[in-house]
Amino acid sequence: MTRRAAVFVLILAMVAVVAPLLAPYEAGTGFRDFLHAPPMPPRLDGFNPPVAYPLILADRLEQRFTVDRTRTIRLPWFADPGGEPVFLLGSDHFGRDVLSRLLYGARTSVGLALFATLGAVLIGVLAGAWAGLRGGWVDEAVMRVADFVLILPVIYVVLVLRSVLPLVLPASTVFLLVAWIFVAVGWPFVAKGVRAIVATERDREYVQAARSLGAGPARILIHHLIPACSGHLVVQATLLLPGFILAEATLSFVGLGFPDPVASWGTMLAEAGNYNAIARFSWTLAPAVAIFAIVLATNLIASPDHEN
Amino acid sequence: MGRYLLRRLGFALFLVLAVSSASLLLTRLAPGDLATEQALSLDPAALVRLRGELGLDRPLTAQYLSWLGGVLQLDFGRSLLYGRPVSDLIGERALNTAMLALAALMLATIVGLPLGVYSGSRSRGVGRAIVRALSVVALSVPPLIGSLALVFLAARTGWLPVGGMTSASGAELTWAQWLADLARHLPVPALALALPLAATLERLQSQAIAKATREPFVAASRARGLDSVQAILRHAWPASLPSVLGLYGVMIGSLFSGSFVVEVVTAWPGLGRLMYDALKARDLYLVAGCAASGAFFLAAGTWLADVLLALTDPRVRSEEVV
Repeated sequence: MTRRAAVFVLILAMVAVVAPLLAPYEAGTGFRDFLHAPPMPPRLDGFNPPVAYPLILADRLEQRFTVDRTRTIRLPWFADPGGEPVFLLGSDHFGRDVLSRLLYGARTSVGLALFATLGAVLIGVLAGAWAGLRGGWVDEAVMRVADFVLILPVIYVVLVLRSVLPLVLPASTVFLLVAWIFVAVGWPFVAKGVRAIVATERDREYVQAARSLGAGPARILIHHLIPACSGHLVVQATLLLPGFILAEATLSFVGLGFPDPVASWGTMLAEAGNYNAIARFSWTLAPAVAIFAIVLATNLIASPDHEN
Repeated sequence: MGRYLLRRLGFALFLVLAVSSASLLLTRLAPGDLATEQALSLDPAALVRLRGELGLDRPLTAQYLSWLGGVLQLDFGRSLLYGRPVSDLIGERALNTAMLALAALMLATIVGLPLGVYSGSRSRGVGRAIVRALSVVALSVPPLIGSLALVFLAARTGWLPVGGMTSASGAELTWAQWLADLARHLPVPALALALPLAATLERLQSQAIAKATREPFVAASRARGLDSVQAILRHAWPASLPSVLGLYGVMIGSLFSGSFVVEVVTAWPGLGRLMYDALKARDLYLVAGCAASGAFFLAAGTWLADVLLALTDPRVRSEEVV
């Protein structure tokens, strides 16, 4: 499982880096004549690049479109700039391409989750190792705090911490703040396991050998104890990642996450999440499918195939 | 066992007080207060007067201590936003949330446990594979996604109403009609909340049954002539219960987190929404009251799970120190 989990985390990191490069349009580009345009399925055109049928605005007020089947237009990656737009996953209420925003949003949402996961793992390792190595009251205190944080309903803690901060902030500040809040609720998951491993490993022969050769606590920790925890760390990171992606979506959904123009999966869902929009413009729920796919992948990785 | 439960009760009270105090202090220390919203429409003198009326101009410690004094007499103060006692507001909303959470919990139990017993007691077969697949999918539908998907389904098919607890015309309904209306509004949020819980229960029950069927006493009961269904239901299942019940205490937290999201998406007038509104308006006492009731439910849930565990597992009952 450890290897599959590592590959999964790496793939997600790649998505966050690469996705915006694949986007056909800028995240903020709105096409005023194509508000809530439905998805345009691509078609193969022999050996030429794939094409799509253009849309014709049938009713601007009702945002109805008809498909013009008499001619085809090229997909945005192959077309000359400035031509008619093609929305493979439809467009939102500002006429912005859902696919492009989904890809740019991946950078925000997955990037934030990766950043927070990294922070939680780092803090968790430090706290867990400190508790495991020192033992005594340090151990007791750190583990009590960790247990306390673990039983709290996460989303409420996040909600309270986020809403006591100023509500209107620039996107980059929101990114850092929310990441730190996630670290604050995420570290105990890592720390508990690290503490358990460190507490048993610190008396093993190889650690004693290192110590008798003159290695200090820092060296023992970095070279001997943390490698012993690596499996646990990868597994916990895999479990925290989708949780943080979901937490960002929830925060932005209720309006406490990123400000509106920023493309994140949460802000996209917030716009898609009212009843009329859900029923009529269901393609704007695309980020929900993306989140479902990521959580499903995590569960498939985390489920032992031969548990019985 | 009595002393053990008493100690847990003490911890629960501490939890309620700590969580509500922390949220009160955090909200007070946050930039802006309820009067800030009116700052544009009022002149400075009126603003100062408003702050005085709301008691927002007192120093932090004085405000906290007078609130704490009230809480010890079970008086949670008045909501600044609604101008009503906090306990009244919370009483109404907590009932709605409890209804939603209980419905979801029951649904998850009714679906999850039997399926878990079924899939755990077989080692192969199509049925088990189907249950496994369904459970992985359900586990991957967090309440936010689940409620959006169900609202989409309900809105598209028109089978069930979406949004709110009752229809807008709820006021002039008779009691029975109101109940029927409620029953039509409940499935969407309850199912969204129940899906991942049911899957979690199924998995845990499945593992616990699989483990229990390998125990010698199950083999012994089979040797005495019980058929496999009887052996599982009468011997393996009771033995697997403690580990499943232990999960219920842990699930309360996720039930709470999930119900907040579901309440926001489906406009269910529950505690989560109340707290969210209170937080946004910086309504100190309401925030603290919501946090206190949330912590109370959390503590009560874990406490109840402990009691259930003690009742089903004789080993816990006899141990004084846990």
